[in-house]
Amino acid sequence: MTPPKDFTAAIGSDMRTSMRRVLFITRRTSPQVKAYDEERVQTFPEVLIRALLAVECMLIALVLMSLFFNAPLEGIANPTNTPNPAKAPWYFLGLQEMLHYFPPVVAGVLIPGLLVIGLIVIPYFDINIEAEGFFLKNRQRRLRLSMIVAGALTIFLGVFDVYVALVPTVLIAGLLLLAAFSSPESTNRFRRYLAQRPISWWIMTWFLFELIVLTAVGTYFRGPGWSWVLPWRS
Amino acid sequence: MPSTIETYFDKLERTRVWKSIFRSGKGSSTLHNALAIQQNVFLHLFPTKVRKRMLGLGATWYLGTLTLGTFLVLVVTGILLMLYYHPSVPQAYSDVKDLQFIVSSGLFLRNLHRWAAHAMVFLAFAHMFRVFYRGAYRAPREFNWVVGVVLLLVTLLLSYTGYLLPWDQLAYWAITVGTNISSAVPLVGEKIRFLLLGGHLVNANALLRFYVLHTVILPISAVLFLAIHFWRIRKDGGLYVRESEPGAAAAQPTSEEQKPL
Ligand code: HEM
Repeated sequence: MTPPKDFTAAIGSDMRTSMRRVLFITRRTSPQVKAYDEERVQTFPEVLIRALLAVECMLIALVLMSLFFNAPLEGIANPTNTPNPAKAPWYFLGLQEMLHYFPPVVAGVLIPGLLVIGLIVIPYFDINIEAEGFFLKNRQRRLRLSMIVAGALTIFLGVFDVYVALVPTVLIAGLLLLAAFSSPESTNRFRRYLAQRPISWWIMTWFLFELIVLTAVGTYFRGPGWSWVLPWRS
Repeated sequence: MPSTIETYFDKLERTRVWKSIFRSGKGSSTLHNALAIQQNVFLHLFPTKVRKRMLGLGATWYLGTLTLGTFLVLVVTGILLMLYYHPSVPQAYSDVKDLQFIVSSGLFLRNLHRWAAHAMVFLAFAHMFRVFYRGAYRAPREFNWVVGVVLLLVTLLLSYTGYLLPWDQLAYWAITVGTNISSAVPLVGEKIRFLLLGGHLVNANALLRFYVLHTVILPISAVLFLAIHFWRIRKDGGLYVRESEPGAAAAQPTSEEQKPL
């Protein structure tokens, strides 16, 4: 004897060639069925052609650039003649800028190490899966906490004279404050947007701002002895 | 009437040799198009179908694709550059000078390699931030994000090791500044630096080591991790669909749906 069937199997009547969800409803329960009927295109050829087209456009830009701008080549390496300033490639200038303020263990080992670890743990730390606005819950407590962190960071950077890194920090702190006093129903689009940002967004955006500012300063505003120079006055 | 080329191509596709190479067979039906992906050792890393919504410029900005594009440009131009370059002192510098002034299109080749390298670093960062702001790192994609971080580091190291190879003042001092930092690592710093440079100073040994890293070890690592990266996109259910996009909440994919045929 077969056991009594305690489920129903169903498949959409609008069946097409695309794969779809088969649903088993056990013990006469009735879960919320989410419709799933999303249009898909075939990787071959549609997606591949688009990818190829995108790469082709980029290649044209790179070729034009290579025709009009030459890669730098200076005199042969000379260990006895140190250029001033000796700069790392642009993507490390943020770290070199840090090296100007902090000892090498901090700027060259601790900061990059923490950055890499921080990036790796991002997906494992996002407890807030629905990505709720940071201040939508426990507003008072979270506001106090974020202002303490931002304040401590500001004082720390101020004490070490790291004014370059201070600018993005103060900027983000200001935006945080604005977000705390904005509601998702605000009439202002920007404030509505800020009010809905989760904590991970705030940290990553702070990192992005720092990255841009430090790299730009290292590239354009640093001269002999890592002194402050203005690029338009050289 | 089909053009001559089309007829020839048609005939070619019917030959026994062609059929023995391309397992997907001839045709342009949905099945054949799916097989063209699934039966190809390289393309089968990708899903056979992609949500149409994810193909618009707005979703990924094509940044991952473009990063891959720069990588391919770098492989091709890099191999060509290797034909003219000896990783020895002072030959390396004169080889690069020859590329600039003597080798036909050598200047163009070197420029393209250099600008594509800068573009790749920039695009890898941009792609990372784009993925982050789309929220595409969330489960089940956590590990692919980690693979991405590894790819970012490999990209940075590729660019950095390549920086020394012209053996000019710019190269020499950039690497000196950079490798000095590694001696700041507690306890093992000096050892790491020695291992990297093959000596206490940036010299001919360092050039050779950077060359091997730049042309063998790092590119192979990059290809390996790229393969994992793309394969995981398929296994994780295709590109992440953002909640704020229309109909997205209803379309949370499960990995089962993306199982290959
Ligand atoms: C060599 C560098 C890299 C290449 C060539 C590359 C390539 C790609 C491509 C082609 C895609 C598919 C669509 C797209 O978003 O463009 C993708 C997706 C993805 N990438 Fe990368 N990537 C690289 C580095 C990174 C980095 C640095 C990260 C993050 C730390 C990352 C994380 C991801 C994730 C999580 C996805 C899945 C996105 C989704 O499901 O929507 N990748 N990558």
